[in-house]
Amino acid sequence: MSFSSSRSVPRGLRILLLLTPALVVVAVFFVGGVSQAVAQSFGYQPFLPSSRWSADAYRSLWHDPAVRASLGLTIRVSVLSTFLAAIIGVAGALLIRRVGSRTWAHAMFQANLAVPHLVGALCMLLLLSQSGLLSRLSHATGLTSGPADFPELTQDRFGWGIIAEYVWKETAFIGVIALAALNRGVSELEDAARLLGAGAGQRFRHVTLPALLPSVSAASVLVMAFVAGSYEVPYLLGRPYPATLPVVALEYYRDVDLTARPQAMAVAVLITGVSVVLVAAYFTLTSRLVRREL
Amino acid sequence: MRRAFLGLLLAGLLLPLLPLLVWVVSGTWRYPDLLPSDLTTRGLNLLGDRRTPVLEGLLTSTVIGAAVSLVACLIGFPAGRALGLYRFRGRRVVQFLLLAPVIVPGLAVALGIQVFFVRLGLSDSVSGVVLVQLMPTVPYAATVFGAAFANLDVDYERQARTLGAGPVRTLLFVTVPLLRPAIVVAALLTFLISWSEYVMTLLIGGGQVKTLPLLLFAAIGSSDTTAAAALALLVVLPPLLLLMAAAPLLSGRSGAMVGVGRL
Repeated sequence: MSFSSSRSVPRGLRILLLLTPALVVVAVFFVGGVSQAVAQSFGYQPFLPSSRWSADAYRSLWHDPAVRASLGLTIRVSVLSTFLAAIIGVAGALLIRRVGSRTWAHAMFQANLAVPHLVGALCMLLLLSQSGLLSRLSHATGLTSGPADFPELTQDRFGWGIIAEYVWKETAFIGVIALAALNRGVSELEDAARLLGAGAGQRFRHVTLPALLPSVSAASVLVMAFVAGSYEVPYLLGRPYPATLPVVALEYYRDVDLTARPQAMAVAVLITGVSVVLVAAYFTLTSRLVRREL
Repeated sequence: MRRAFLGLLLAGLLLPLLPLLVWVVSGTWRYPDLLPSDLTTRGLNLLGDRRTPVLEGLLTSTVIGAAVSLVACLIGFPAGRALGLYRFRGRRVVQFLLLAPVIVPGLAVALGIQVFFVRLGLSDSVSGVVLVQLMPTVPYAATVFGAAFANLDVDYERQARTLGAGPVRTLLFVTVPLLRPAIVVAALLTFLISWSEYVMTLLIGGGQVKTLPLLLFAAIGSSDTTAAAALALLVVLPPLLLLMAAAPLLSGRSGAMVGVGRL
């Protein structure tokens, strides 16, 4: 058997062969999964004869106040978490760069990335709940006289506990991304701008920020989509009502009444839609910002 | 002033871990005590106790993580080669397809696909969980390898071929050693994504495949905070050690770090 025969494989076929395994995975799981979620939300039931196509699931979602509250909460939590994480992460990266103690501070940012969100959720419960460490500290300093005096930061209506967890984790993520972007010769550009007479504010606006924006905005998009679609943190740190969309979807899915299945799928489709819309909005916004900078 | 802000930032990074670490060794820690009234190794003992499902969960998580990492790298490696070395029509479409699973939540996909896993007898099984976890991991492996292949000097491969090495020998003794850092990063990232995955494992594993995140989720809901904190320590230590070991390879590779954000 001659291995050198692979040289004669035409270029197009070779590329196709190299890509096939990965494309099969994406096609089967991703395209298959999403299209099945859409089909099942319209009443299609695979392997059952009784499929009846209808938009009932969407109609009932539209009239369900829990879903409306959930949509608002999901968008609020993902937009606020991403915004705060991006601001603090970029500020942190700039600070770390200035102070020059980059290695250990950088290492701490990276170490935070290794913490799974589930562990982060437990950390936030032990820190922020009404019997958590902060509540104990405020009792010790005489600010509060009991657990009920301490503000509800977990299982609260607004979603502060959920936001705190995501900001804690994603600040480190965006910080690491921003530090990597700053590493690519930005200091030299800033020095050049200074020599040309640019002030601190001008250097930041016209050199540092444009260098950061592409990677930081791409990272923010990932964070936003991730927050909108993840389940465990809002389940553990949020309320049963209003809950975020992923929590509502799983609740419908686990309903013993199988007629709730299409509703679960419809919520899954809604989550996908929210992710895509948030991402598209963010891209439009940042591309406009970049254009204004230049 | 700057140092004060930096100190504040780093304190904010560390503070949430503090109560967790204290709870690991706390016997009783009642409100409003600032420190536990007695210390215990009960939580840590639970981790090695054969009567608890912890050791089995550790094994399940490790096996699934290793299998996912291996298969995702084997699939991502050739895809990365195609993306990094060739300019072809439809390249952007392929890149978009590989990015889409990163944007669209795994929960939605897993909900839609679950019924097929049941039908094929893959639900409630380790192999089913490994398969479904390929969805979030293969795109990362392909992206990391794509960046690595784009920086690869193919002349080394050509020289090896000219000197008479076959494609397999060239791959094993030239390409793989040259791409070693990318291979380590891709293997690590995919392992970590699998290690932290909760909701897909729950839906496809049907609660029967008890990985450490599933055990931790149940423990957080229980009243035994000491046990939950000890379990959380077990979940967080392997990623921390692996990431520290690979830190020199990760610095500056923002493309690679994007994967870690999903943990």
